[in-house]
Amino acid sequence: MKELFVSAVEIGKRLKNRSLTCKQVLDATYQRIDAVDHQVKAYVSLMTESAYQQADAVDKLLDAGQELGPLAGVPIAIKDNICTKGYRTTCSSKMLEHFVAPYDATVMTKLHQGHLISIGKTNLDEFAMGSSTENSAFFTSRNPWNLDYVPGGSSGGSSAAVVAGEAFLSLGSDTGGSIRQPASFCGIVGIKPSYGRVSRYGLVAFASSLDQIGPFTRTVEDAAHILNVICGSDPLDSTSADLPPVDFSSALGKDIKGLKIGVPREMMGDKVALDVREAIEKALDVYRSLGATVDIIDFDMFEYAVSTYYIIAPAEASANLARFDGVRYGYRDMSAKNLKDMFTQSRGQGFGHEVQRRILLGTYVLSSGYYDAYYLRAQKVRTLIKDRFAKFFSQYDVMITPTSPSAAFKVGDHASDPLAMYLADIATIPANMAGLPGMSIPCGFSKDGLPIGLQILGKAYDELTVLKAGDAYQHATQFHLQQPAMNRVEAI
Amino acid sequence: MSHYEMVIGLEVHAQLNTNTKLFCGCSTQFGAAVNSNVCPVCLGMPGALPVLNKDAVTMAVQAGIALQCDIQRESVFARKNYFYPDLPKGYQISQFELPVCLSGFLDIDVDGVSKRIGITRIHMEEDAGKLLHQGAMGIADSTHSLVDLNRACTPLIEIVSEPDMRSAAEARAYVETLRRILRTIGVNDGNLEEGSMRVDINISLRRPGEQRYGTRCEVKNVNSFRSIDRAIAAEFNRQQDILESGGIVVQQTRNYHDDTQTTTPLRDKEDAHDYRYFPEPDLLPLILSDERIRSIRDAMPPLPQAIIERYSDLGLSRVDSDILIEELEMRHFFEECLQAAGDVSAKEICKWVIGDLNALLKPKGGFDAPVIAASHFVRLLTLIATDKVSGKMAKEMLAQMIDTGKSADDLLATMGGGQISDESALLDMVKQVMAENQDVVDKVKAGKTASANFLMGQVMKRSQGKAKPDLVMSLIMSEIK
Repeated sequence: MKELFVSAVEIGKRLKNRSLTCKQVLDATYQRIDAVDHQVKAYVSLMTESAYQQADAVDKLLDAGQELGPLAGVPIAIKDNICTKGYRTTCSSKMLEHFVAPYDATVMTKLHQGHLISIGKTNLDEFAMGSSTENSAFFTSRNPWNLDYVPGGSSGGSSAAVVAGEAFLSLGSDTGGSIRQPASFCGIVGIKPSYGRVSRYGLVAFASSLDQIGPFTRTVEDAAHILNVICGSDPLDSTSADLPPVDFSSALGKDIKGLKIGVPREMMGDKVALDVREAIEKALDVYRSLGATVDIIDFDMFEYAVSTYYIIAPAEASANLARFDGVRYGYRDMSAKNLKDMFTQSRGQGFGHEVQRRILLGTYVLSSGYYDAYYLRAQKVRTLIKDRFAKFFSQYDVMITPTSPSAAFKVGDHASDPLAMYLADIATIPANMAGLPGMSIPCGFSKDGLPIGLQILGKAYDELTVLKAGDAYQHATQFHLQQPAMNRVEAI
Repeated sequence: MSHYEMVIGLEVHAQLNTNTKLFCGCSTQFGAAVNSNVCPVCLGMPGALPVLNKDAVTMAVQAGIALQCDIQRESVFARKNYFYPDLPKGYQISQFELPVCLSGFLDIDVDGVSKRIGITRIHMEEDAGKLLHQGAMGIADSTHSLVDLNRACTPLIEIVSEPDMRSAAEARAYVETLRRILRTIGVNDGNLEEGSMRVDINISLRRPGEQRYGTRCEVKNVNSFRSIDRAIAAEFNRQQDILESGGIVVQQTRNYHDDTQTTTPLRDKEDAHDYRYFPEPDLLPLILSDERIRSIRDAMPPLPQAIIERYSDLGLSRVDSDILIEELEMRHFFEECLQAAGDVSAKEICKWVIGDLNALLKPKGGFDAPVIAASHFVRLLTLIATDKVSGKMAKEMLAQMIDTGKSADDLLATMGGGQISDESALLDMVKQVMAENQDVVDKVKAGKTASANFLMGQVMKRSQGKAKPDLVMSLIMSEIK
């Protein structure tokens, strides 16, 4: 099948006009996974049986002339921290290696209602803690642009799968940049919706007040359509936003003349690699040529956001991961002779180092005597960050920054330096702290030929403006159409 | 007389009478098969999220209103972190800094002396599950333990008192009064033995007149009214012995054992958990509008004191009122009867409800689902009030009504009519009986008036129990004179 690398909307059209069947597309996708996943290592497990059942059901509906959504029948990959009934949900952790959830996440139900075909579960940094998938207990996923490089993280499996033609789109989760950064590293689109847009029910929690599910796609157009499928308030998630439904595709193909863009000076300085800065400068020129105004402004919040994040996220994680105690499900050290040993040995062996580091960090900042100095203070800074963004968005429509200070790094380069790894999230963390929508779109290539991502932030619940800005850029540029060498037709 | 004064504060956990759990839709029914009332949320499955039960909020607010608390417009759920196998998430969702109710009070009465006990706060929280120790009676010597999570996530309120009590009698009166209020407004079933109400006792000693409090110990595992007295006595004696021998009381949590009537240490203050409370990010702050609080207040069931006053106005004795307040279902039936009462007095209804009806219903499941309709029951009492049946007849008819489900009027018809209160008809019977029992008549005439009862019995027999007894008696007496 020649169409492995077209957009999800494009494949949806061919399914609809029956020039392709869901089964053919699914066959081709699984063949592609067979061919390349031993190199890319995007998938932890496949959902072959239910995928073929769904494909068959959707084919029947389409054959019968049923009017289905634009993404009906399109294969989608799922980050392995989203619960799938009857299939393993491992969080790429030894702790949950054999765990099968007895229920579907709300987002899975939504995909089903949108007639998408869920094909498999993708690799991540253990419990979504990391920026490269190197913290996966199973294996490190690879960047399809250069297999020596990481795909980013934590949703690295989901981003790699979409680039390598192993899925047309995928779901990830973003707590401090875990969708946008891998999208940037892999040269695709990744959007973290506003906090509360997508139900978290069934997403294995890392940091509850920051986590948000979102999609990876090849185009902004695809992103708008998959958001239409997965967004919406959910009675099972008290933090989901009770807002009227939005048609995100209404943001597509719009003129952006007069769009007010603010660019924080601190994210265009020497914290950011030169090739990344240059790519962003060129992108800003594109925006100017489309009639937008661009102001370089002082924002001075990014560094504080990182420090604050590494207090709040581990604090919440330390409680969220307490349920993995070996009692009801998950890994248990059967050699333990008493209760305390069962807890400590199961958790000591079931969790990897980065997860243990964050649990310790979180336990520390919540401890009596330290709570006020760390957690309470971090919450106050978080409020300041929110206020600062509110002020910014009273003057501007969107904020643009590089998604990451650099393009993808080599496997192993940062593994021994967690602090350097933490700082790589500097551009993406503020959106989580303030609950804002943020999207990464490809905007160029590094000196090593790896993709560079441009981040667009909008005000809370204003995904429409973010999508509008991203879509306009993709109409004016070709970066989203570039393919890694492994995707060339002669290579397949 | 002791040289020490005791200072007592109580923490009472009360399970709220909701149909479903605090954060999920599972049933709260007691006694279901092990691990049958569970779902991903109360099992603490990865990815599951809590959703607050609105009924539980209403009940917590009702309790707060009944205890004269300030209902908080904004309260916040918090995670209380600790590891235990009966705690599925590794944290309990509770309220910490901002509970739903603050600063109320409860008036108690001990030997006719009234005293006001301060309520510090009421907060909402979820219960834990239950460990089933295998191979032994308790955790000691058991080979392993299983976990039943039916109870996990059932809604509780914790009511924390000020250290205002000075004797076991006051503590007991506080718990009894509290229990009665919570039961009466329908938020808790008050069952200490089944654990739907649990009491932790904080107790310290000091010299009378001393301003500062002594070091306190918290006594747990007190699960009956009797053991409240005993646990306090045991702990008082223990602390007194320490102080009198010049020792120092160590702040501890202690376990009470009813079999030996002693307390033993559970953990010292130094070993106390650091619960690392922080606001629960999965739940929004609980916002209660003035409107909502007002509507809960307006729909509040009456408090025991109000019920007692009303019943007193209706002519009921305090003893009867107390019975009706204690027996919730009986009182509901009584109230239904009052609605349909007509000519029958409340006092008469109460007498029959507490007496004969109660006795007859006991073997048939009591007043939970009474097998007789209140309207049918009241109709029977109306027949007594209008002299259609005698009290004696009514008792028999009531038994039959309960057994057969027939109405009083139907029974009366099959019996061939009601009570005979026609004087001329009765006089004939009286004359016949007297003629046939001249010897007895003579005895009565000789002053042995008790023998008149025999004559009356004969008349009743002849009338198949339908003669109006007091009328028969007066006819006999006037005939003999």
